[in-house]
Amino acid sequence: MNPTTAGILFLASLIVALAVVHVPLGDYMHRVYTGTKHNAVERGVYRLVGVDADAEQRWPVYLRSVLAFSVVSVLFLYAFQRVQSHLPWSLGFANVPDHVAWNTAVSFVTNTNWQAYAGESTMGHLVQMAGLAVQNFVSAAVGMAVAVAFVRGLVRRRTGDLGNFWVDLVRGTVRVLLPIAVVGAVVLVAGGTVQNLADPHTVPTLTGGTQTITGGPVASQEAIKELGTNGGGFFNANSAHPFENPTAWTNWIEIFLLLVIAFSLPRTFGRMVGQKRQGYAIVAVMAVLALLSVTATMTAQGVHHGTVPTAAGAAAEGTEQRFGVLDSAVFATATTLTSTGAVDSAHDSYTSLGGAALLLNMMVGEVAPGGTGSGLYGMLILAIITVFVAGLMVGRTPEYLGKKIGAREMKLASLYFLVTPVIVLTGAAVAMAFPGPRGAMLNSGPHGFSEVLYAFTSAANNNGSAFAGITVNTPFYDTALGLAMALGRFLPMIFVLALAGSLAAQGAVPASAGTLPTHRPQFVGLVAGVTLVLVALTFFPALALGPLAEGIH
Amino acid sequence: MRTLPSLLRRHLAALRALLVLTAVCGVAYPFAVLAVAQLPGLRHRADGSSVTVAGRAVGSSLIGQSFTDKDGRPLKQYFQSRISNAGDGYDPTATAASNLGPEDVVDTRTDSLLTRVCAASLAVGRLEGVDGSRPFCTADGRGAVLAVFGPRDRTGEVVRPTRVVSVNQACPAKPFLVVYRGVRVECAARGADYSAGRIVPIRGDAPARPVVPTDAVTGSGSGLDPHISVAWARLQADRVARARGLPVARVLHLIDVHTTGRAFGFMGEPSVDVLGLNIALDRG
Repeated sequence: MNPTTAGILFLASLIVALAVVHVPLGDYMHRVYTGTKHNAVERGVYRLVGVDADAEQRWPVYLRSVLAFSVVSVLFLYAFQRVQSHLPWSLGFANVPDHVAWNTAVSFVTNTNWQAYAGESTMGHLVQMAGLAVQNFVSAAVGMAVAVAFVRGLVRRRTGDLGNFWVDLVRGTVRVLLPIAVVGAVVLVAGGTVQNLADPHTVPTLTGGTQTITGGPVASQEAIKELGTNGGGFFNANSAHPFENPTAWTNWIEIFLLLVIAFSLPRTFGRMVGQKRQGYAIVAVMAVLALLSVTATMTAQGVHHGTVPTAAGAAAEGTEQRFGVLDSAVFATATTLTSTGAVDSAHDSYTSLGGAALLLNMMVGEVAPGGTGSGLYGMLILAIITVFVAGLMVGRTPEYLGKKIGAREMKLASLYFLVTPVIVLTGAAVAMAFPGPRGAMLNSGPHGFSEVLYAFTSAANNNGSAFAGITVNTPFYDTALGLAMALGRFLPMIFVLALAGSLAAQGAVPASAGTLPTHRPQFVGLVAGVTLVLVALTFFPALALGPLAEGIH
Repeated sequence: MRTLPSLLRRHLAALRALLVLTAVCGVAYPFAVLAVAQLPGLRHRADGSSVTVAGRAVGSSLIGQSFTDKDGRPLKQYFQSRISNAGDGYDPTATAASNLGPEDVVDTRTDSLLTRVCAASLAVGRLEGVDGSRPFCTADGRGAVLAVFGPRDRTGEVVRPTRVVSVNQACPAKPFLVVYRGVRVECAARGADYSAGRIVPIRGDAPARPVVPTDAVTGSGSGLDPHISVAWARLQADRVARARGLPVARVLHLIDVHTTGRAFGFMGEPSVDVLGLNIALDRG
């Protein structure tokens, strides 16, 4: 079999697996988030936490709970890193410097997992498993909670209630993420991913040199790192590291895990709104965008234009032999289309247009399928913007799922959309304006600019992958990117929950002859089109200065 | 509790929730996976898939090693691993890729990615006694790149150059081109800045499919890649057989034994386990 056929089969098998699994998983998540019973463990948790699990929350209360949990998480994780040298399993590592600890705390709490540090030389086992990996679970659960609360806003009528954040958080963690992560971790161990508490130990190599073999509770962290679309590697090399991702089939498993929840949530949405076809329309938009993107990236990497790829004979710099170029391209596409940011190859060394496609994936706002939860609410916002645009064309008041999209709703949706472009473009401009931050580039010329643009795009969209040549463990980048991650995560959540509140307060508008059907292929095409046009208009100039200038001669 | 302001009450609930979830996800979960990983059949892998020779650990079957002497020269009796950017090479405490871009073609304080590719190709070609030439490479293993000075036309092209420098060939090297658009090509003065010129990589006439395989001239993503391609392993077979006084057929057979095909026939690329192969050769 030639590599191209194998690469296409690799992609096709993932698509089939996701198509099969998204139905039962989506239905299961529907039961999780709409069930009224609490199991014994959960009742115990609510008692310990001291919350009334049956109390409904209005949007401001729901939001304040999200923010309180996140603020406490950042402070806790910051403190944890700052005292790690006094804790067990620190491997003798010093306390993490303040700016790196701040950046890392924000990064993991916001589901970004941008890494200004190298895992194997900075973080002890305890901080990794009881600090970072915990946020891998709960930041994903927070995203899902906000998504579910937003869908409740679409479903419920004449109420202010959006559910209970603590219940959504705990259920998402223990009923959805934990069981899948346990299975995923054991499967990864079977493939060779390490799971131990060993200190690094030095062995004599075959030729008489030495090599220090590292260890750690990697498999447990790896499974949730993908499943929760987090992406923070135990080691610096992330999923390219053979101890994180040992074989070609664990590579497949990891891609599957990082896509599966985000592609299943539209099914959950369809079930919650009582019309499965609405869920199909949303997943269809995600699938269309994802297919366009993966085709572009695989083509760019396979054809490998550019000087160095031509000299080398393939776009193989920064890829592992066991994965090959095309499977790596699939991983790279999946990780940037979601908010994962794990990498199994060096994006910085991708072809100019392949790298541009990865940047564009994040600029689209990570909605195809996006992060756990954040992908669904991001896509629903785009659907709302689309019915508004369509409503303007035919001169009718737009509505979505029986809810009027009025001035207040459109203001919130627009604000949601504007957050990341403002952060990305301002951040990149500021960084480029000062010689210090500009000097952090590894590459020169347009590719160096791409590194800076990629950093802010990744942070603001809570992705976490990088054109990793850039040196970012400096006070400027740690602070600026930390702010970008926090604003890029929580401002959209504020707008989403406010929008959910105002939708929930409405009654239902009966569908009429003038109502735009939102489950047909026409609507799928409209949403995809509106998304691409909005993103292209926003980011084209920046892309032109970076990857396009580099790739088009 | 009821007397506390709601702000404080909410944050205390958040802290308790975080602590409870830390106990579940940060302690119970990893230790449960650790417990399962102790099962026979899993434990060896969970512990790092160590490889032993005569009862002594020599590394991990998943982590590549260098097979070079102290000065970094290839040991001829061993199959060579890929270029590593992890520390000084295959250092698991400093995993990394080169992170150099596809148009990184001008050497600065360090070699450009293009020159790294060209130099590796030349070195492997010499080691195996085959043609090491590649597109965009000079015969002395540098990136074939010109800085062209002169007035620019509207598209930025320099039609009538006044000065041309082969930027990656430091003097007294002989430039790979004698004349470019009627101007004599100079070698590069050490430390000079040619960034004002237009950078033009020159394709040359090397075959589009060079003899030296791609994985022999590129660095991996982790810097720990334990594998090489079948093509590169076969290219090395003659030299290893000669160095060890073994029949080539025996070495080719061992390559086959240590080759993993694509998983399920379509995942990944066929890969040769370099450490395993070299251990097998040492065993004889």
